[in-house]
Amino acid sequence: MHPAPSVIIFTTFSGLGFGLLFWLGIGLPNVTGWVAFAFFSISYLMAVGGLMASTFHLGHPERALKAFSQWRSSWLSREAWCAVAGLLAMALYGAALIFFDNRLRLLGFLGSALSLGTIFTTAMIYTQLKSVPRWNQPTTPALFLAFSLSGGALLAGQIRFAIPLLTLAGLLQGYIWATGDSRFTQAGTTIATATGLGKIGSIRAFEPPHTGPNYLLKEMAYIVGRKHARRLQFISLTLGFGLPVILLLLPFSHWTALIAVVSHIAGILAARWLFFAQAEHVMGLYYGKR
Amino acid sequence: MTQLPPPSSVKLGLVIDLDTCVGCHACVISCKGWNTENYGVPLSDQDPYGADPSGTFLNRVHSYEVQPPDATAQLIHFPKSCLHCDDAPCVTVCPTGASYKRAEDGIVLVNEDACIGCGLCAWACPYGAREMDAAAKVMKKCTLCVDRIYNNNLDPQDQVPACVRTCPSGARHFGDLGDETSAVSLLVAERGGFDLMPEQGTKPTNKYLPPRLKDAPQDIDILAPFLAPIATDPKGFLGWLDRSLSILPGGNP
Repeated sequence: MHPAPSVIIFTTFSGLGFGLLFWLGIGLPNVTGWVAFAFFSISYLMAVGGLMASTFHLGHPERALKAFSQWRSSWLSREAWCAVAGLLAMALYGAALIFFDNRLRLLGFLGSALSLGTIFTTAMIYTQLKSVPRWNQPTTPALFLAFSLSGGALLAGQIRFAIPLLTLAGLLQGYIWATGDSRFTQAGTTIATATGLGKIGSIRAFEPPHTGPNYLLKEMAYIVGRKHARRLQFISLTLGFGLPVILLLLPFSHWTALIAVVSHIAGILAARWLFFAQAEHVMGLYYGKR
Repeated sequence: MTQLPPPSSVKLGLVIDLDTCVGCHACVISCKGWNTENYGVPLSDQDPYGADPSGTFLNRVHSYEVQPPDATAQLIHFPKSCLHCDDAPCVTVCPTGASYKRAEDGIVLVNEDACIGCGLCAWACPYGAREMDAAAKVMKKCTLCVDRIYNNNLDPQDQVPACVRTCPSGARHFGDLGDETSAVSLLVAERGGFDLMPEQGTKPTNKYLPPRLKDAPQDIDILAPFLAPIATDPKGFLGWLDRSLSILPGGNP
């Protein structure tokens, strides 16, 4: 699949922003006043900035309000509801913390739940696609939640949660990468089922329908950069999880924490690029790809 | 609404005969011609006369070489457009309700005024039947020529999809696949019509007819027995040449 920068930025930063909001909502850290203002500013910059980036991906962002209408069937619509409801709940909760030193506990829990819901619904947009076997797995929402919760814990300074969660997220990502290459074959869609010609013999794409590129090939048959996949996976695991865990185990300082956060974000960006760039769409079979 | 309607009794669709398709791409051109000036925004082209042309098409013809285990290879032309699935994943993923399936005849359409151009329906379709128009930034797909098949201003023979009307080899058939007694349903039953990617669970309406079995090539040269057999060991000049070349390094004496 085409790794559009807007979608990589969206999933990375919104994931981190909503992850941080989850921890703030349950009162970890239990902050008020200016400190709370700083935490909420960072989380809103990331969550809202990511959502804004995602609208650049749309052909007609001016019609985005219509995306709230189909929550009964569409995970994208459900994501829109969760994101807006979560941001509103956390805005009220944050305002009470910042300006009135008052922790509205229930509202915080609600905001945390909606933040998790946003991450889950984002993941389900990809997970639901049977046409992309690498994503069509229960590990996809698990990975999105693990990334957000661990990155959120890191941003929230919850070291005792961040260390196990980062380790867990790194292990889960490693497992997904180790098994991901076989998902397409396991799904059972081949050029034989795609064309229905398998009963006659072995099939080879002889001539494509068009000599130039088209939307389908640009969007769903993206193959550039797969040759560096293993190296990028190693870099992503090292920067995203290994280095932050080591830094968190060292005596705390704001500098090591900052390096851990920057390193984690770089690792997540690389992982998200691979998430899209490595995913194979069954449509590519018609073009003899895969 | 992007919830799927209950399955309709009328299921309009196409039956494509892979045996008779000659791969002329006339259906591709007639589709583009009709649909660029009728339902919805035009099907735009980018850099059409330049070095890197591309454009939006609702129907495309692939060609496959199929090699049977014990016969000569076959070249099979394979037109592909929206299959108007009963369980259309492109419809349910749409966040705005722009992508919908008609309850009355099962045609899957896009209401372009409500399309935000997110592209998720094209991702959800396993067949690559949807293309985002690069100029209008809305999703385009086969409409089954909904503006022809119900259009009483056209002559009766023209009230079929443009691709069917234009096909010079009669490889494309249009009709109601929900009616077991319709001509297209009988054709599917007779020829063993099949679904594309049945394992994806989309329950496509359109069906494909497999190429008919090919005759095994037979020795039908009735004059062959009367011809003199060809000499297996050449004599004279050719014989000398054969022996001389064979004893050179790399030769095969």
